[in-house]
Amino acid sequence: MSEENGVIYRISGPVVTAMGISPRMYEVVRVGDEGLMGEVIELHGDQSVIQVYEETSGISPGEPVVRTGQTLSVQLGPGLLTKIYDGIQRPLPELEQTMGVFITRGVDADGLDHEKIWEFTATAKAGDDIASGAVLGTVQETETIEHRVMVPPGTSGVIKSIKSGEFNVTQTVCTLEDGTEIAMMQKWPVRTPRPFIQKYAPDTPLITGQRILDFLFPLAKGGTAGIPGPFGSGKTVTQQQLAKWSDAQIVVYIGCGERGNEMTEVLTEFPHLIDPHTGKALMNRTTMIANTSNMPVAAREASVYTGITIAEYFRDMGYDVALMADSTSRWAEAMREISSRLEEMPGEEGYPAYLSSRLAEFYERAGRVETLSGDDGSISVIGAVSPPGGDISEPVSQGTLRIVKVFWGLDAGLARQRHFPAINWLNSYSLYPPALNQWYRDNISNDFPEVRTEISALLQVEAELQEIVQLVGSDALPVDQQLTLEVARMIREFFLQQNAFHDVDTYSDLKLQYTMAKAILSFQEESKKALAGGAMLEDVVNVPARSDLMRGRFAEGYAEKIEGLLDEMNKQISATMEAN
Amino acid sequence: MSGKEYRTITDVKGPLVFLNKTEPVAFGEIVQLRLSDGTMKNGQVLDTSDDQVIVQVFEGTASVDRQTGVKFMGDVFKLPVSTDLIGRILDGAGRPRDGGPEIVADEMADIIGAAINPYSRESPESFIQTGISAIDACTSLVRGQKLPIFSAAGLPHNDIALQIARQAKLVGSDDDFVVVFCAMGITAEEYNFFVHDLERTGALENACLFVNLADDPAVERLITPRLALTAAEYLAFEHDYHVLVIYTDMTNYCESLRQIGAAREEVPGRRGYPGYMYTDLAMLYERAGLVKGKKGSITQFPILTMPGDDITHPIPDLSGYITEGQIVISRELHQKGIYPPINVLPSLSRLMNAGIGEGKTREDHKSVSDQLYAAYAQGRELRGLVAIVGEDALNERDLQLLKFADIFENQFLRQGRDEDRSINEGTLDYAWELLSNIDTKYLVRLDQKWIDKYHPTDKKE
Ligand SMILES: Nc1ncnc2c1ncn2[C@@H]1O[C@H](COP(=O)(O)OP(=O)(O)O)[C@@H](O)[C@H]1O
Ligand SMILES: [Mg+2]
Repeated sequence: MSEENGVIYRISGPVVTAMGISPRMYEVVRVGDEGLMGEVIELHGDQSVIQVYEETSGISPGEPVVRTGQTLSVQLGPGLLTKIYDGIQRPLPELEQTMGVFITRGVDADGLDHEKIWEFTATAKAGDDIASGAVLGTVQETETIEHRVMVPPGTSGVIKSIKSGEFNVTQTVCTLEDGTEIAMMQKWPVRTPRPFIQKYAPDTPLITGQRILDFLFPLAKGGTAGIPGPFGSGKTVTQQQLAKWSDAQIVVYIGCGERGNEMTEVLTEFPHLIDPHTGKALMNRTTMIANTSNMPVAAREASVYTGITIAEYFRDMGYDVALMADSTSRWAEAMREISSRLEEMPGEEGYPAYLSSRLAEFYERAGRVETLSGDDGSISVIGAVSPPGGDISEPVSQGTLRIVKVFWGLDAGLARQRHFPAINWLNSYSLYPPALNQWYRDNISNDFPEVRTEISALLQVEAELQEIVQLVGSDALPVDQQLTLEVARMIREFFLQQNAFHDVDTYSDLKLQYTMAKAILSFQEESKKALAGGAMLEDVVNVPARSDLMRGRFAEGYAEKIEGLLDEMNKQISATMEAN
Repeated sequence: MSGKEYRTITDVKGPLVFLNKTEPVAFGEIVQLRLSDGTMKNGQVLDTSDDQVIVQVFEGTASVDRQTGVKFMGDVFKLPVSTDLIGRILDGAGRPRDGGPEIVADEMADIIGAAINPYSRESPESFIQTGISAIDACTSLVRGQKLPIFSAAGLPHNDIALQIARQAKLVGSDDDFVVVFCAMGITAEEYNFFVHDLERTGALENACLFVNLADDPAVERLITPRLALTAAEYLAFEHDYHVLVIYTDMTNYCESLRQIGAAREEVPGRRGYPGYMYTDLAMLYERAGLVKGKKGSITQFPILTMPGDDITHPIPDLSGYITEGQIVISRELHQKGIYPPINVLPSLSRLMNAGIGEGKTREDHKSVSDQLYAAYAQGRELRGLVAIVGEDALNERDLQLLKFADIFENQFLRQGRDEDRSINEGTLDYAWELLSNIDTKYLVRLDQKWIDKYHPTDKKE
């Protein structure tokens, strides 16, 4: 029997053991009479252990296993955007064409359309000495995104010929003096990070339009965030809000082991949503990976790598990319399932001992970098975590929190009160503000960091006062503390609560957020004055203009109206002194 | 491949038998065992290699010995499907249980079921009126949703499931539902309760039952829901039926899963349940929905009993992570004598927003639902406070909310087992009437324009 062809020895769910071949680790092999796609994940004596990306029932020992010589790779080039793939980059619309609405097996599909013709505009010219990662030319991939065709990593030389014109992704657009031919498509093994020159410290916020995130717990472009929370607390809605409204140029959304209908929702909604930054459909900048809970677990394991590799490719073009993975816990469970089939020694709660290093390696692929071509690009990674019973002492939550710099802690209690986003403002954190404060001072307002500090401090004080209120009731507090409680309630109900399903409230730009926060502080200040001047707290907090100010945020054009509403409120508050 | 009978059993462990030296046997293949006394048992291959095959035996391994003959049937588990399934009662392995003839197969369908391509799904958005106010107003169900009932021992989840099955309809459409009912390890008494009710209302003729009772083989439960869902898919996607799948009790299913895991000496996940239980459950629950180009639909109502009333137990927890919400039954409300004792606070319908509002139910539905929820939540919280500081410490607003919590439970939640409330008059108008017990100025979740239009006393005619 040749080295290239072996036979199946054993099948145990998604894990197949083959004899008679000696492949490389992570090599892709074809398994069984139907040629199911699999990847070598362990070599053990004369046995090769393979995780199979498709359902294995009905496969028998003795069926063939064939090497391909390739490692698990994705196809990179024009045509990634607006697409939806499974965990191993098979386009789901094409699977529908060949298989119908149910995903059966044994079908291969290219990640990129090899027939489609793109208009390539060369920006490099013959005689240029080009290095790995250099931009050769551009393609207008979607209405809003210019695709930069790059020299694949590892290739360099002097251009012999390059031409603009119409090409498909496999045709040569550029030939080097040494005869190397470069097409628009390149392949990259998903488990290997793509190279760059150096990492920079993040210094710009990723603006999401979500007030609690941007204002209190900001994520930086190139940063990492974890969102743990029990079911129904808002992980998916938050991730989708980020995919919709964050000011990244490219979005990679990975539905990893979650619901089918949620992906359908994204697919049906995004083409109709307008990107506030470009005025065009959000779909133009989006790539989706959908390996839902009922699709094969091995492909689920691969899906996060497929996603991050696509993200790196766009980063290499100099773009700011945001990647959401919902949920990383399902990815970890896929690892656990495969690992237990391998009969590996389990670590905590049955997860493999390498769980935390895999998590770290994944988040490490985020960051702001100098690309090979000298550009500045970034990947921000936001991972949802689904702790059993909502208890974050479990290994995936803990492994994630050790790495990420932002923790948005979702709280079942808040979700039950329908306080959304149900992010707990007392235990969530972001380590980025010190790095971002200069940006806020330059771009929003010089006192932005101080306003933030004041708002968080009020929330902390409220928590302490609440403990007393629980015992004695709020009427027992001195009036200035009662006012503090009112101010904090305003922060919660007017500022932190934000309805993702409301056309206007769903997004607030950062300037407006700042103005709203200032309005709250101004309410506090004016009220203090009024109280000192003899006004009754009851009158102060119930001035009608205050609820106009608060409810106004649901109306179109709030940013223009808020100053006027604020003036009116302050006037009415002052007037409460005269009433007494 | 089939035909040859092996007598090479080496080990028997719990529901598993281990065999040596067979011809190649496929993963997932169906197996027949013949005991020395002629009894037949069925099983399925869980692990296969040149040297050893592991078979899980549905009927359990009692009386299996080394002389037991084992025959591999050359195929994975398939269910004969045809529209003749409607009106039939089958056992937990798909054999007639009603004394009727074998199902004449129109097709043999693989029971594992392939995943629906997420690209091929259609978003569920047609409101189903269940006639139960708590559900219709606060956790609205839509066609193609999977919405489990989280209950506990001794609570009337079966009554609620049956009431839903009887009353569920699309407003303004006469498409009827076909019910596929799947029993997993429930008692004969519970089962009879279901059958009698379905008979009483004539629904049985429009139903297909798969029945594995408490004294039926435990391991068989692992295939029963797969049979039911295979039948449902066939009826929905080949014959345009709208199918309502009720399965009970998922907790028994999960126990069987745990039993197999233990017998295989797998590394257990939380509380002894297998680490792959999430994926396994997803392969059932995700078989709900709508698909492009098909008229039919599958709506699922799995029922599970939470061990120790604990919603963080792995069975409700993993279910809640997969399903599109949950309806939570409360022991406290049940003990107060309220039927249906649905606690709307931890209940959720994730697909509600898509199914309600203008053109679907009524323009004010979302507002009313939010207001009911908020007022009830606050009222309930105040009960706790009153227990400590007494009612005297409450201001006017709090007193009204406190009273509203009782009104909500006693009038809005409480309804008859055969009381079928229409969404507009029966549920939403009624909600307005009850909300009018609270001063309008405290009803902050209601848009002024809906108050002007629907408030029984404050509306502007
Ligand atoms: N920002 C939000 N605004 C309004 N509703 C929300 C928001 N976040 C969550 N929800 C509500 O909570 C439900 C559950 O949220 P989801 O993101 O699906 O939770 P998870 O992914 O954590 O299970 C949603 O269906 C929605 O009703
Ligand atoms: Mg979710």
